[in-house]
Amino acid sequence: MTDRPHLAVIGAGPAGLAATVTAAAHGVRVTLLDSAVQAGGQFYRQPAAELHAGRPQALHHQWRTWERLRDALARHVAAGRATYLTDHHVWFVERRLNQQPGTADRGGPRGAFTVHALLGPEQEAPVEVTADAVLLATGGYEKVLPFPGWTLPGVLTAGGAQAMLKGTLAVSGRTAVVAGTGPLLLPVATGLAAAGVEVAALVESADPRAFLRRTRALAAQPGKVAEGAQYAAQLLRHRVKLLTRHTVVEAHGDERLEAVTVAALDTDGRVRPGTERRIACDTLAVGHGMLPHTDLAETLGCRLDGLHVQVDDEQRTDVPGIWAAGETTGIGGAALSLAEGHIAGRSAAARLTGAEPDPRTWATAAKSRTGLREFFAALDTVYAPPARWTDLVTDDTVVCRCEEVTGGAIREAVARLGAGDVRTVKLLTRAAMGWCQGRMCGPAVAGLAGCELTPSRRPFARPVPLGVLAHAGEAEDDEHQ
Amino acid sequence: MRTPLDLAEAHPDPAFTVTLDGREIEALPGQTVAAALWSAGVTSWRTTRGEGRPRGVFCGIGVCYDCLVTVNDRPNQRACLVPLHPGDAIRTQEGTGHDD
Repeated sequence: MTDRPHLAVIGAGPAGLAATVTAAAHGVRVTLLDSAVQAGGQFYRQPAAELHAGRPQALHHQWRTWERLRDALARHVAAGRATYLTDHHVWFVERRLNQQPGTADRGGPRGAFTVHALLGPEQEAPVEVTADAVLLATGGYEKVLPFPGWTLPGVLTAGGAQAMLKGTLAVSGRTAVVAGTGPLLLPVATGLAAAGVEVAALVESADPRAFLRRTRALAAQPGKVAEGAQYAAQLLRHRVKLLTRHTVVEAHGDERLEAVTVAALDTDGRVRPGTERRIACDTLAVGHGMLPHTDLAETLGCRLDGLHVQVDDEQRTDVPGIWAAGETTGIGGAALSLAEGHIAGRSAAARLTGAEPDPRTWATAAKSRTGLREFFAALDTVYAPPARWTDLVTDDTVVCRCEEVTGGAIREAVARLGAGDVRTVKLLTRAAMGWCQGRMCGPAVAGLAGCELTPSRRPFARPVPLGVLAHAGEAEDDEHQ
Repeated sequence: MRTPLDLAEAHPDPAFTVTLDGREIEALPGQTVAAALWSAGVTSWRTTRGEGRPRGVFCGIGVCYDCLVTVNDRPNQRACLVPLHPGDAIRTQEGTGHDD
């Protein structure tokens, strides 16, 4: 297998898995690198093996698709066509300048890239993987906008509540409120309820009924309509109160969450005075949509379109030898990720083996991709945080969780010190300068500063020990002496 | 009361003991620090550097760094990622975790 061209796939969620099994089936040697202990990504996050879950599918949707991907990966690994590296936290993909010449017609020069990873969970020991091409399937993470009390223990992201449930079969309390906006809130609320948590309310700032008026996007996705109906039935069965056009205005508690105040929104997205009511809970799972992970693509110099990686019809980025698929190329859910991963795998396999890809071989996936992109574009016009969410951010609300920078400090930087962009706010206040590098507060800081959220151009995708940085690439130097 | 373990029909390997600030708590094999602490009813295990405010899990997937904790004298470990082993000593972390 070593003479096969070598593709590194980063991320073992739906997109990365689909890409891996497709490329491995079409003449390419694939190394799949993933930060988790088990494949699946966030959507198919698996319970730890030692928990011996007899019915993990109780926590999941589209389980058969997962089984098919998992089994195909195992077959390719057994046959030596794929290598699957777990607990590899990729921090940087390097374009090698001194690669071997002469194979540029095969999708790029041989050994053109070095993937730099840290071995988990400590993330101190470095690993380097050399590949002819790289496919980025780095997924996304949740966007949460601040409100008073959002740093209290017991307040967590909706996706985080789901990840802890799926991966470790753990919940943080007995009574939860699920809030924010977006389609993710439905499986989070029904999942927690099925696991024995009392879900006191599902608080959605949008009015999803507006979506029903978009008949064209809906009619094209009967599967999604059925999925929506299923969630509605489950909410009813678990007696979850659905509050649409409502928002959480404050989380209460001293050392931990004790209650939230929710209120109705008017048509302008303002809180309607007098509609506030308090709901006792020990858990608030809150989210306002998803953001793509684009760090690796950005440092490779891939062109972004807004916040996501721009790709062509074959899922190629504008950097030769780099493909991208899944949430990193735009938020659209697991089914879209699968379609994009399949197309990317086909394209990469063809180009790396010196063939011109034939789009007819992925016609079904392409059709599905078109439909799902339209569907999620329509969803985006319906699900939105309250238009006036910044009104809720009081001057003493912590906005940057890492550096404990308040809304007041950010407003002062903008109004009194003249900061006109996120970078200047950061330099003046330290907002977004901490551990998470602005991943959590970025959207809030941009909103408070009155500017668009832009990609932040982080040099590395995660913290790297200085010793690792100092020695990175030494193996490559030896090779060429 | 129904639990997530019931829902997934989980039959975990036998629990083992770890400590939180010297106090013994039970943990299931395969659980992360965060999951074991949640199961023990603990939702906060760090205080912030500036205001000394309590923090626990926020993103649950290793992105936000809010759930930092000291495990076996190594500070700043993400509780949502780090798996536990028998006898591990978890300590609540104050500030940077390097001062105590």
